[in-house]
Amino acid sequence: MWQWFHRLGSPRWFYQTSGKWLPWLAGITFVLLLVGLVWGLGFAPRDAKQGNSFRIIYIHVPASFLALAGYYVMAIAGAVGLIWKMKLADMVMKSAAPLGAALTFVALVTGAIWGKPTWGTYWVWDARITSMLVLLFLYMGVMALQHSYTSVDAANKASAVLSLVGMVNIPIIYKSVDWWYTLHQPATIKFTEAPTMHPDMFHPLLVMIVGFYCFYALVLILNTRSEILHRERRSSWVKDVVLQNQR
Amino acid sequence: MIFRFDSFQHFLQMDGHGGYVWSAYLIAILVMVWLVAGPLFRQSRVRQTVTRELRRETARHHSAGEAGKE
Repeated sequence: MWQWFHRLGSPRWFYQTSGKWLPWLAGITFVLLLVGLVWGLGFAPRDAKQGNSFRIIYIHVPASFLALAGYYVMAIAGAVGLIWKMKLADMVMKSAAPLGAALTFVALVTGAIWGKPTWGTYWVWDARITSMLVLLFLYMGVMALQHSYTSVDAANKASAVLSLVGMVNIPIIYKSVDWWYTLHQPATIKFTEAPTMHPDMFHPLLVMIVGFYCFYALVLILNTRSEILHRERRSSWVKDVVLQNQR
Repeated sequence: MIFRFDSFQHFLQMDGHGGYVWSAYLIAILVMVWLVAGPLFRQSRVRQTVTRELRRETARHHSAGEAGKE
């Protein structure tokens, strides 16, 4: 167990192992997203109330899912780095921040675009939307902290503390649609209940959600790999990798 | 499973919601392409730097070796 933990903590081991899996993951991600996109845009039935604007759900919901799940990844990686001083965990935390920020941005922008034909406005200070904006600021805060220290260790410690404190926001986001029933509709999918959507609409959404999970993993690995290569560029194994042009 | 639009024109317009739907998808796709391209560019930049340093190192070794002969 501990040996496995130590190996996983080694950036070199991670770089070389992930290189083997990467093409497969990229292929699966591309196929899932393409299938989900075509299905959702052209073949899912239109919504009786919202018409075709509802098709935005196929990116809005998966992006929001991953914006939230990505925060767990960042905070847990931060905690592991803080407790066990694992270098790789710090790199994962750093890599998760811009990715999470981009997905939160996509969730907010697609939500705003969807809001115009559905609610008649791009923006309201609704509880769900406001707490998602706070999430974006938390991600951006971690990114800013990473750049504001000259010492890498200090930057990692500060970012890990911020991401752990920011965890308070996550249950607020989840519960916001139930606590404050303002404008945002309640969750379409819950793990504890059957989906309220028609299967013809739900299946492409499921494909997109799985596709976004794969996409998240793919970009997180790509980010972490480039971070590893950058930080370890003076080590002999990186020189070997570059010389032999390994993936 | 059937295609829900009778023409390509209809598919683009989406009964007046086309602008919303397509702009949302376009923004998402652009962000996602950028997310993948970013780390790939960064990797190739680091690799170039390492290659340059290695070349400089071998050149230095070379000239040091020649200096030793004299």
